[in-house]
Amino acid sequence: MRRSPDRSRGLAAAAGQRSRVGRIGILVVFLVALVVVWEGLKFIGGDPWRYFGWEWHPPVKIWFASDLDLPHVWQIVGAMGGPWRRSADQSLFVYLVFKALYTWREAAIGFLAGGVLGVGLATIFIHSRILERAFVPYVVASQTVPIIALAPMIVFFFGNNVMSVVIIATYLTFFPVTIAMIRGLRSPDPRALELMRSYAASRRTILWKLRLPASLPYLFTALKITATASIVGAIIGEGPGAIQDGLGWSIISFNQQYITDPSKLWGAIFVSALLGITFYLVVRIVELRVLRGRPQATAG
Amino acid sequence: MTAQTVVSLSGVEKTFELPGGSSMTAVSGIDMEIRKGEFVSLIGPSGCGKSTLLRLIGDLTQPSAGSVTINGKPAHQARLDRDYGMVFQAPVLFDWRTVEENVRLPLELMGQGRESREARVREMLELVELTDFARHHPYQLSGGMQQRVAIARALTFSPSILLMDEPFGALDEMTRERMNSEVLRIWEQTGITVIFVTHSIPEAVFLSSRVVVMSARPGRVARVLEIDLPRPRGVETRESRGYFEKVTQVREALRGGEGRADEGIGSVERAEAEGLIG
Repeated sequence: MRRSPDRSRGLAAAAGQRSRVGRIGILVVFLVALVVVWEGLKFIGGDPWRYFGWEWHPPVKIWFASDLDLPHVWQIVGAMGGPWRRSADQSLFVYLVFKALYTWREAAIGFLAGGVLGVGLATIFIHSRILERAFVPYVVASQTVPIIALAPMIVFFFGNNVMSVVIIATYLTFFPVTIAMIRGLRSPDPRALELMRSYAASRRTILWKLRLPASLPYLFTALKITATASIVGAIIGEGPGAIQDGLGWSIISFNQQYITDPSKLWGAIFVSALLGITFYLVVRIVELRVLRGRPQATAG
Repeated sequence: MTAQTVVSLSGVEKTFELPGGSSMTAVSGIDMEIRKGEFVSLIGPSGCGKSTLLRLIGDLTQPSAGSVTINGKPAHQARLDRDYGMVFQAPVLFDWRTVEENVRLPLELMGQGRESREARVREMLELVELTDFARHHPYQLSGGMQQRVAIARALTFSPSILLMDEPFGALDEMTRERMNSEVLRIWEQTGITVIFVTHSIPEAVFLSSRVVVMSARPGRVARVLEIDLPRPRGVETRESRGYFEKVTQVREALRGGEGRADEGIGSVERAEAEGLIG
């Protein structure tokens, strides 16, 4: 009857090791496949390939596979290594990384503010049915207004500054956290609540010792969503906010230069994606540490 | 009410309002006294209100009529004074806490100092024989072990009454019998008053000093049986004549009083005929 937990934990760790190797393998396979499909499309239906005196004329025309719409992967990689504008010292990649760090800072502040706001609202709602009934519909309605429409309004109220961008990121992040936390704070077994009552525990103690710890898996599910959403919010907000130090501005200005140099916009898109994935992974790593020892922590 | 009385119920009734305006009486007319150090089982068919009665005693729900007095004070005050240890059918352990952290939980809430806390947790884990598993997480333990953690947690702050709501209902027969012996050992060591809800007749007879047989709709006390089998009880108890006689008495009380006289054959003889005892 007595399992040997140490042994099973060892096995689980070994399985984790194997699955981690497997996951990296899958990622590499996926990236290679992406490049193959990308270049394959250009090979079949793009512009003529001219390299070292060798020429290839694709047999068909695919409307989005021209060198303007879909530059060669190596062109994008080459542009990343080259100067970000004529006679600049900084390479495009380094330039974009600094822009990404700036955007990340705005996003992270919005992410934290949205998280705190979401947890706070959910805590209020689960303790008051009246407030929940009164305000949750407005919380939901707030999310039906497109951010593109709302962003200029926010900038109008708070001015052309980082504050506006942070508020836009907060607006995009508090909602998933609120909804997940309403669920998470209500997730404890009713008997666990009775157990706490049998200890004559106060509401605050029940919140602190039972509801909040029980809600953490729900919180992290929401935070993984909002990590990427906060970056989208920051990038979008930088346009109307006229913030020139972030990725949003790079995307806008490289978009204007697209006809002469499409690779730069693609580079900015990849760095944006990289930023989103990195932020997601940071949250995931924190999640694994915080939820260590729980049965759910090994999943997803 | 003597000084030894721990639980005193008089005229207790509980009625639930149902949606649609009707109401359902879960228990009615309950009068009961439980003395210090007793082991009392509540047994009855599903829906007889035995869990409701346990929750009334523990102030997890309040009576519609009558009074519940614990150690000479209202049940509500007893709950605030932390007189109750609770064990449910599911262990209800907090899965983010290790075994020792789970056992420590009530002491944290009650603001006990760190050092006496650690000593007490160690003592409790020794009592339920889980010292080696102090740093494991609940999901790494079997169902029986988890329930032992729940018992340790319920006893850690030395409540005067242990309320157990079908604590071994989810365990297999073998584990259940071992847990029964375990609970008796703990009860004998601590001298705590136990109120134990169960579906199982053998379990009720084996454990209890008194078995309260309840009938359903509305829940009432049908009969109270003293179980005067010798202690300490062990494997021999389960094979003894007296035990079978008591099991039969409880079974007959549950059936609503059709006695052995009607059937013309004694319970012990019947058990022998069925090959249950030699």
